[in-house]
Amino acid sequence: MLVLMLGLPGAIALLLFHYIPLLGNVIAFQDYQPYLGFSESDWVGLTNFSFLWDGNPEFLNALWNTLILTVIQTVLVFPVPLVLALLLNSLAGERLKRLLQSILYLPHFLSWVIVVALFQQMLGNAGMLNTFLVQHDLPIVHIIGVPELFKGLITSQAIWKDAGWGTIIFLAAISRIDQEQYEAAAVDGANAWQRLINITLPALKGLFILLLILRLGSSLSVGFEQIILQQGPVGLQASEVLDTWVYNNGIIGGNWGVSAAVGLVKGLVGVLLVVGANKLAHAFGERGVYEK
Amino acid sequence: MTTLESSTIGDDTVRRGPGRDSKRPPWMEKPNPLTQAVKFVALVIAVALVVVPFWSVLATSIADQQTINASGGGMVMWPNGVDFSSYAAVLGGGVVTRAVLISIGIAVVGTLLSLAATAGLAYWLSRPGALLAKPVLMLVLGAVLFSPGLIPSYLVVKEFNLLDSLWSLILPVLVNAFNVIVMRAFFQELPQELFESAAIDGASEATILFRIVLPLSKAVLAVVGLFYAVAYWNAFFNALLYIQSTDKWPMALVLRTYVVNQTTIGGDQVSGEVLPPQLSL
Repeated sequence: MLVLMLGLPGAIALLLFHYIPLLGNVIAFQDYQPYLGFSESDWVGLTNFSFLWDGNPEFLNALWNTLILTVIQTVLVFPVPLVLALLLNSLAGERLKRLLQSILYLPHFLSWVIVVALFQQMLGNAGMLNTFLVQHDLPIVHIIGVPELFKGLITSQAIWKDAGWGTIIFLAAISRIDQEQYEAAAVDGANAWQRLINITLPALKGLFILLLILRLGSSLSVGFEQIILQQGPVGLQASEVLDTWVYNNGIIGGNWGVSAAVGLVKGLVGVLLVVGANKLAHAFGERGVYEK
Repeated sequence: MTTLESSTIGDDTVRRGPGRDSKRPPWMEKPNPLTQAVKFVALVIAVALVVVPFWSVLATSIADQQTINASGGGMVMWPNGVDFSSYAAVLGGGVVTRAVLISIGIAVVGTLLSLAATAGLAYWLSRPGALLAKPVLMLVLGAVLFSPGLIPSYLVVKEFNLLDSLWSLILPVLVNAFNVIVMRAFFQELPQELFESAAIDGASEATILFRIVLPLSKAVLAVVGLFYAVAYWNAFFNALLYIQSTDKWPMALVLRTYVVNQTTIGGDQVSGEVLPPQLSL
């Protein structure tokens, strides 16, 4: 009984703030009016989903930006922690390794507000880099607030913030590789590079695929807070992604139904991507996220 | 020649001693200096990219106005002397001080409530044969997989009349399903015989939980607590969504206004200076 009593608050919180909103997605099929509420608003069928076929330019722009960022972030951001972990691991001193690790974890604990502010103070027009350039009579480089560079900026911020933190899981996996394999390979004449390619990387393959699949599930959610914070000076053309479109259209613009429909489609695509990628992983003989 | 040789051998024996050579197992070849150098440079760059911004914000925050002006009005790498006046300005009352207090309050209250709710739920689900444990576990797993989306979450918070209340920053994120699963796994790893023998000795359910399970789980409680605390402290987007009155803004929103948008709230000036990094951490 005590067990139930202590456990119920958490379960109720999940029901109220996770499952009721999940059901609340019905407003994607409604002409939702806040003053009428869920029950009184008119049902409009699939009208809200018309963005899927009528070629709304704003939606297409947001979709395009999201897809580009997804590709960039999967190709560039995702492998960085692995490389960093391999580098750290090849470092000899245990104490030095731990010190470097703790330093690299630091940015993960910062709020996006701080990260964005730090980037402005380092790279902004009045930031450290440009002050240095001005003092040495060199031309200023505009980095912050330039639409063409926005995606690169977003990507480098994402790497800066979470690459160090991402090494944890890889370092844990590396530390569990059987050391005798390395010894046997070395005795057989494999050099350090060959040991990396033939022992370490294959041992990490399963984990890498698992993380990649999980990432696919949230791949359409690219840096929401990060982008919302920097949208102003850059403009919507370069910076609008699906999440910010939902926010700007729904909460700010009051198009509740359409925004909920976009959110719903986005969520479904995420789940489908996870299931599909998992099937693919099984087809190649990997474990994936869950067993067949 | 002989001296040289003997010195190399001597060096080798020193290296093979337990102190230094424990790093490199005997089968591993001597590292190639070039690759070592490349690795070293790469790591130094990575660490510098993290440390330099931190350091320069810290240095600027304690530098006096003269040094800042001399550096061209930007950031300072080396403060000549220590001047805490910007901290005094920021913490001497006003918008930032209030926001810091709100953020601390949310982080403390939220972390405690979250830990209690998470541990309670995880303990329930970890007990073999507990009532309803199976369906509730499915509920938790489902919450990890499916996220409800922004608009319905907002509307639910609105329906519960939590808009513009500080509780809107705590209750919707009270339980993180992933943390429940982590904690449940930890509870399940605890030796069950301990519970059985305690029960045979007449310990009540409460005694087992509070005198055996929780003391043994300090590690996982600390880790999960840290995750919650960081999330509450950094809460930015929920505050942007749910909190309208500026006098209830937590730190992240105030920082956005001052530092990112470079404007002020209600005419309260913070001397245009860099906010001390301690506030952000």
